[in-house]
Amino acid sequence: MSKTLIRGARVLGGEPQDVLIDGAVVAAVGTGLDAEGVDTVVEADGKVLLPGLVDLHTHLREPGREDSETVLTGTRAAAKGGYTQVFAMANTFPVADTAGVVEQVYRLGQEHGYCDVQPIGAVTVGLEGEKLAELGAMHESAAGVTVFSDDGKCVHDAVIMRRALEYVKAFGGVVAQHAQEPRLTEGAQMNEGVVSAELGLGGWPAVAEESIIARDVLLAEHVGSRVHICHLSTAGSVEIVRWAKSRGIDVTAEVTPHHLLLTDEMVRSYNPVYKVNPPLRTERDVMALREALADGTIDIVATDHAPHPHEDKDCEWAAAAMGMVGLETALSVVQETMVETGLLDWAGVADRMSAAPARIGRAKGHGRPVAVGEPANLTLVDTAYRGGVDPAGFASRSRNTPYEGRELPGRVTHTWLRGKATYSDGKLA
Amino acid sequence: MKRHLISAADLTRDDAVHILDTAEEMARVGDRTVKKLPALRGRTVCNLFFEDSTRTRISFEAAEKRLSADVINFAAKGSSVSKGESLKDTAQTLAAMGVDAVVIRHSASGAPYRLATSGWIDAPVINAGDGTHQHPTQALLDAFTMRRRLIGPDAGLGQDLTGKHVTIVGDVLHSRVARSNVDLLHTLGAHVTLVAPPTLLPVGVETWPCEVSYDLDSALPKADAVMMLRVQRERMNAAFFPTEREYSRRYGLDGDRMAKMPDHAIVMHPGPMVRGMEITAEVADSERCTVTEQVANGVFTRMAVLYLLLGGKTDGGTANGGTTHERTPGE
Repeated sequence: MSKTLIRGARVLGGEPQDVLIDGAVVAAVGTGLDAEGVDTVVEADGKVLLPGLVDLHTHLREPGREDSETVLTGTRAAAKGGYTQVFAMANTFPVADTAGVVEQVYRLGQEHGYCDVQPIGAVTVGLEGEKLAELGAMHESAAGVTVFSDDGKCVHDAVIMRRALEYVKAFGGVVAQHAQEPRLTEGAQMNEGVVSAELGLGGWPAVAEESIIARDVLLAEHVGSRVHICHLSTAGSVEIVRWAKSRGIDVTAEVTPHHLLLTDEMVRSYNPVYKVNPPLRTERDVMALREALADGTIDIVATDHAPHPHEDKDCEWAAAAMGMVGLETALSVVQETMVETGLLDWAGVADRMSAAPARIGRAKGHGRPVAVGEPANLTLVDTAYRGGVDPAGFASRSRNTPYEGRELPGRVTHTWLRGKATYSDGKLA
Repeated sequence: MKRHLISAADLTRDDAVHILDTAEEMARVGDRTVKKLPALRGRTVCNLFFEDSTRTRISFEAAEKRLSADVINFAAKGSSVSKGESLKDTAQTLAAMGVDAVVIRHSASGAPYRLATSGWIDAPVINAGDGTHQHPTQALLDAFTMRRRLIGPDAGLGQDLTGKHVTIVGDVLHSRVARSNVDLLHTLGAHVTLVAPPTLLPVGVETWPCEVSYDLDSALPKADAVMMLRVQRERMNAAFFPTEREYSRRYGLDGDRMAKMPDHAIVMHPGPMVRGMEITAEVADSERCTVTEQVANGVFTRMAVLYLLLGGKTDGGTANGGTTHERTPGE
């Protein structure tokens, strides 16, 4: 059993402390801990120590689109970004709608060992929205699926959504809805508003998201289920979720880093690196999302890490794929938009990026406090760092980041998964 | 002037007047027996048309030939594009053959902007219509037509359209012509009123530098020019309006409505017209309708644009890179 001593780390941003990892668990937290018998000493020098981050919304693309990402490259990117667990979305080829596919993804994660991979199962067969997938079989499989989502597509049929919400109650599951009314978003290319009107790009109206969220929180209330809303992007959605929570409806919601920082003004460049679903919204939406994440209306930050090969972005806007990579920049964007603005402290970041997503996903051993006896899933962050984003250095197979060349604060220097350093001092294990 | 012509919003008032004045010179050449100028001899212009278009392509081709340019026509159908080749590869293939300018028509909004700013090619790019975004040479030829008709070929030289009232009627939502005209006419000092059913106006139109009305009849008496936009019949299948007849009754220009316009006012249409839909035959064939004049003026205007971007002097302007898509806010 190897021992690691992290010296002088600001646990959740507090006063510097030493943290001793013994094997897979945290063995001691205190000041002036003895280095005797320790294999590795990490001088934290005031860096911030967080519980390992948990991403409830990652696209690892394997099986099927290994040209853009694999479980290996995606989990390496995750480790680099400070994550110790990612939930892998179901829109692969074939779709993760059977026990076989989710078990394959789960096992690949285990074999590579950079990050725990918890597959998400599809709600409906082939993401077609018509017939429930074998949700129970996926739950009972080795992958132990608890989160189900047709992400990329909306479970638009109200009856199917109702049944799914009800059905997963039997085993404590949750449906994560990609809220997008399909008819209102036919041909949609960007947020509908002033900018889309000028650019002549098909509009993706806020109401297409908000109407589905409103419907689904009411359905969840009616059938007594919990529901999770993926990548909430509008001020109106925030209001609906706030209202639902005030009524006691069991709803949770996520926001992506890019929706906390970028607006549809970026689309004026027609650079498809800004093309994403849901689309970048307005400044007013961005501010509402930040505020909602701070006050807990939005529970978590999830990356919606969506790798695409270069050629799918090096083209005209309409022909480009939707999505952007996010695992390796998420924490920096959260530091910039939430911490440096004073909206959230590091304990708050630990909650929104680790504890809360683990709770929503019923993840075991993740999102735990940094305390004696807990699994040593930890992330050390140099919050004083500032630097330009260089996609060439990404561990992800894809480079479709909207932050190329942009200066962002903070960088992860170490990530430990059950005591083993998956990433340390700029090097992946 | 900028190095590319992507959006009508990229033109300053002086740029636009300079183009219109140059077009007037080109028109005078057009009155001669020998219509050809040697200005672009030895230069190669590629007409890169990813979307079906007859009149715009022929207009550009005529303009290029009258300036003695060598012309390459590239139509997407039956080309490598239909085999899956990307815009980037197509553009680079043409660039490798040594074209001096690219005229591009594309169904994707922003494709010309991407072509001009992504480092794929060096040549100047002229937007011949992209998706529902912009069609700047159409706006220039429309402004040229208005200036000639409302002010005069000689009296108009050096002039903009200050104080003129222009009413644009129809499917604004899907119209690149409307967007370009709003931008350019505003730059030239004209007052623009857009008239359409609310379903055919984009969300966000309230920020454009123009007025918006749902009522055609009230917009006609003050108009110096009324521009009718084509309305595709398919739109009614998507519930933009109930029926062709209802559209025509509420927003079509017929003889009775034309009588409400001032005597000097002209009727314009970018073509192709859908007779019986947005315009009746009586109006289309009337003296006040400038449709064929617009076509003739299109050649002169495009000659002016090609000449200024490729060969001519640009008053005090050095070539600069991409466009910004910043629009002057409305008053």
